[in-house]
This record gives sequence, structure tokens and C-alpha cells, in this order.
Amino acid sequence: MDWVIEARDLKKTYIMGEIEVNALRGVSFTVKRGEVVSIMGPSGSGKSTMMNTLGCLDRPSSGDYILDGESVAQMDDDQLASVRNRKIGFVFQSFNLLSRLTALGNVELPLRYAGLTEGRRQRAQQALEAVGLKDRMGHRPYELSGGQQQRVAVARALVNNPAIIMADEPTGNLDSKVGKEIMTLLLNLNKDLGTTLVIVTHDPRIAEQTQRVIHLRDGELDRIEENTGAAQ
Amino acid sequence: MSMAQALLEALESLSGNKLRSGLTVLGIVIGVAAVIAMLAVGNGAQASITGSISSIGTNLLFVFSGAPSNDGPPGSGGRSGNNDRPLTLSDSNALMDQFAAPSVELVAPAIQGNAQLTFTSEKTNTSISGVTPEYYTVRNLEMAEGEFINQEQILGRMSVVVLGPETAEALFGHADGVVGEVIRIEGQPFRVIGVLVARGGGAFGSEDNAAYIPFTTAQARLIKRSTRDEVDVIFVQATTAESVPQAVEEISSIIRQRHRTPIGFDDFSVFTQQDFLSIFESITGVLTIFLGGIAGISLLVGGIGIMNIMLVSVTERTKEIGLRKALGARKRDILLQFLTESSLLSLIGGIIGTLFGWIIARIVEQVATATGNTFIPIVGMDAIILSTSFSAIIGLFFGIYPASRAANLEPVEALRYE
Repeated sequence: MDWVIEARDLKKTYIMGEIEVNALRGVSFTVKRGEVVSIMGPSGSGKSTMMNTLGCLDRPSSGDYILDGESVAQMDDDQLASVRNRKIGFVFQSFNLLSRLTALGNVELPLRYAGLTEGRRQRAQQALEAVGLKDRMGHRPYELSGGQQQRVAVARALVNNPAIIMADEPTGNLDSKVGKEIMTLLLNLNKDLGTTLVIVTHDPRIAEQTQRVIHLRDGELDRIEENTGAAQ
Repeated sequence: MSMAQALLEALESLSGNKLRSGLTVLGIVIGVAAVIAMLAVGNGAQASITGSISSIGTNLLFVFSGAPSNDGPPGSGGRSGNNDRPLTLSDSNALMDQFAAPSVELVAPAIQGNAQLTFTSEKTNTSISGVTPEYYTVRNLEMAEGEFINQEQILGRMSVVVLGPETAEALFGHADGVVGEVIRIEGQPFRVIGVLVARGGGAFGSEDNAAYIPFTTAQARLIKRSTRDEVDVIFVQATTAESVPQAVEEISSIIRQRHRTPIGFDDFSVFTQQDFLSIFESITGVLTIFLGGIAGISLLVGGIGIMNIMLVSVTERTKEIGLRKALGARKRDILLQFLTESSLLSLIGGIIGTLFGWIIARIVEQVATATGNTFIPIVGMDAIILSTSFSAIIGLFFGIYPASRAANLEPVEALRYE
């Protein structure tokens, strides 16, 4: 099987003052290449920790995590940065665009850190075209609507051809109509480009559009729900 | 990321908050401008003083009474005390011995004091010197009109006076056509026989503001000294500039013999132009370092300003740093980004500051010229390179801590920051 994510017995323990908090207590699952999965759970379920671990923003305390064939659990900071740059595209709830830069500049950012010197502009333009912002490239974030900003963020996530796109409540700051558009965009990109999509959400209407829903509870895997009716 | 990109991004980011960047740069501008201006003034003072000392002639020697100290000015000798025998006219005459002092060309003894000069209702206080005709040659004087004191006037203790141009100006309102007038010095009438050519400020007060009378006249009537025949200073002209050290030896041995002092316990001092040069050079050198040091402190304060603003900037942009890390920025990318910003701030400050410092130096020059001093502050290439590179280093140094703080932020924490 072609797994893009293999999580094996992931554990994460934080020490807050004197208390040990077990955010993850040994979670294992896999995600196929090209799959659309969502991670759900009430607050305190370890959802954010899972997202940070899968996004290589943080290392698990124990367990192994194999992303696109590379074991990342033991990597150092710079190696993780490189993995994030090459293999992961992030879409955040609050867009997280740099207000100083134009839409194009924001999309170019990952390419800069990839050390690319040529063809950056072209690739950023292609990514913006793919999200339907062909005529908004020179605009700065504050000149764009929320939906448009999130589209820029999606373009930024795409631009490096990542193995997975990690979306953290991608529609959380948008009204339902625009949220639907963004979801459609993400699902279409998955269909057209075959990019694996992991969506962290608490919104069941989002989750039901994904093929599988991974439910977390108290830092443990509660159940995995198959959505046979999800768009595929 | 390449250096050029980092520079571009730093520029973008700095221009994003122009007022703050401007104020931060201002701290460095003031510091660098102060350093440049102070060093320029110090160097200018040095050049001006050494220039005027050089103008007194390379083969001139001064013999003062009192033991030489290690580095003090003449007359402040450490061992000078009541046992010191003063220099006398006979000492001066002894120096003219062709056999004992072959390196000595001319000897001009002088006594000096201050006196009030009056002409009708005009009064002026000036330094007055009792000199011999040799003084004219030894000090390289030039007459604007009339003649200098001659041997006949010395022998006759005549009441004649040669005026410096400023003194003449003060008494008559003009410096020409005054020969033959009679002025009063401490109430005694003196006939003006000549006026000197203006020379500009000298190392020992303005020689333009002075009056010269025959040595014997001064001795007898104006400048009283406890010992008869006492002189204040003997000016000696060596035969050539190369024979100056030899002349020092000859003069010392003659006076030692006459004063019966053992070697090492001289009660007189012989100074050459070089001695004065090194004394004043060390004084102005200390002055320059002192001024530069004070200015350097303001540069340091400017650097701390940069550090402060960079720390604020890192805190403000925590989320941005988190995002950049999420997008694949490594530690060194973030480090480079913030270091570039801080160095750029101080480099810009350094360049503007250099310009300002130069302008300040020119203003000082204008003010000096307007008040009648020829004093030219010197903005050296070394000062420019020194302060510009120093400010860039300050930016780098004070940027390191904020930048490493930014680079070491945990991406998860930074992203969560609001």
C-alpha cells in the first residue's frame, strides 16, 4: 500500500509546571496517497497536538511518524524545516498572510526558503491561477476579502507541490457560503492534483465531505469513520 | 535564502514601519555624526597647532630656566626650585662662543612681561619683549614698515618700540603710517620705529599682538627681575636643521659648566621645535581620543536603541516568525533576516551620520573663520571607514541577541502567539 502518512503509537507529553499532560497517548493510523481525511474531536482531545505532529511543527515524545517515506520523529530542527518546506502545505484558520507582501509575494515565500532562485514568480502565478486569483496577484492581504485571502493561503500551500496539505479549520473564519467555496476548492485540488488532504475540524459538515474521519478523544484514537458517500 | 534576497526583505520590512526605523536610525546617525565631527575637530586642532609650531622654524631652539620635566611644558620642571640659577645675559653671550658651540648660528636673549600701551586716549594691554637685533633673524620676522631694533638702540637704551600689527591697530585704528608716532608704555614715552607683518596665531599666543623694545631698555626701565642680567628665554638658531641635536648638547654643556650643575641635575631646559611638536601632539592626541570616546558612547547608546527596537520587532512578529518556520524557514534563515535588518539600520545610520558629521565639521570651520581663527576640522577617510564599519558592527552585535531569540522560537508556540 502507498501510505503517505504512517503514525505508529504516537505519544506526546507536555510538562506544564509540575503537571504532566498527556496530549497524545499512543495513536496509530495511516493515510493513503491522494486521500482526503479529517481529524475531529472535542477540545482537549489532542487534535491540535496531532495537527502539529503531523505538520512536523513538533516532534512526538515517542512513537514513529513516517511522512512520504521519511521517518521524521527523530529529525533535528533544520531537517524538520526542510520537510515542512518540501512535503507539507499549511492552510490556517486565520490565513496567516504577511500583510507587507502582495498575494504573489506571499505565495512565493515557500519557494524562497526552498532556495529556488529562478522561476519563482512563474510558479507562484500558476498557483494563484489554480485558486482563481489570476487578477488579484498584485493585491496585498488587506485589499482582499476573507475568502480571497484563504485562496492565497491555499495557493501558498500548493506552490511547492507538497505531499500533503494540512488544513487547520480552513473555513473557521469564513461565512458558510465562502467556507463552502474553499472546501470545494480544496477538494477539487485533491481531485485534479492528487494532493493528500488532512483537515482538522470540529465542524461535522466539513468532516462529512472527507473520505475518512479520524475521531480523537482524550489523546486516544476513538474511532475511524468511513464516509462512503464522500466525494471521490 | 541568498544575501540579496535577505537584503531586499529587510528593506521591505524596514520600510513597512518608516517612523520607527527612522527614529532607530537617528540614534546611530547622531552617534556617528558625533564621532566624525569630534575626530575632525581633534585632528584639525592637531594640524593647526603642529602647523603653527612648524612655522617657527625647524632650526630654532629655546633655552628656559628651570629643570626639564619629562613631558611638561617649559618652566613647570619637577625639580625646579629655589636653588635654580636663572639664565643670564652672560649665559647667552657664552653660547656665542664659536669654538664651544660651533652648531650655534645666532643667539637672541629675551625678557618678557606685560604692559599697558597708550596713545592719546587709546589703551591696550599686550605682551612686551625686550629683545636684541638677532631676534629679528632668529624668529623670522618681517617688517611691514619701518625697521627693527638695531645695535645702536641697544647700546643707547633708547626708548623705541616695534609693534605687532594687532597692537598697532588697537592703538591707532590702523597698522600703517604709524612710524614716528610716540606712544606710552606704562606711562613712559616710546617712539614707534616699525610695524611687523601679520603672521596669524602662533603657538605661544599671537605674535601679532605684541610690542618689542630694546633688551637693555626693558631691563633698565620696564621689566624688573630679581637678578641683574636675568633673561627669561634664550632663542638659539642652529646652523642647520640637522645640527639641532648637536646644538642642544653644546648649549647644555656650556650652561652646565657655567651653572656648575652635575649631569642629570640641570637647572635649565633646552627645547627644540620637535619637543614642542611632540608635547602638543600628545596633548591633542589625548583630546581627540577623549572627544571620540565621548562621541563613541552616543554611538553605543544608538546601538542599544537598535537592540531595543529589534527586540520589540521580534515580539511583534512572533506570529510571522512562526509562519515563516512553518513554510520551511530554518534557524539560520530567521537569524539572517533579523541580523540583516539590524545591520542595515545601523549601516544606513552610519552613512547618513557620516554626511552629518562632515556638515558639522564644515560648520565649525565656518564659525572659526567668522571669528577670525583659521581652523580647519579634518574629516579623514580613516574616521569615515572607522565609524561606518563600527556602526555596522554595532548593528550586528546588538542584533545578535534579538535575532537569535527569533531564530530559536518554537514554531508551534510562535504560531499560537496573538
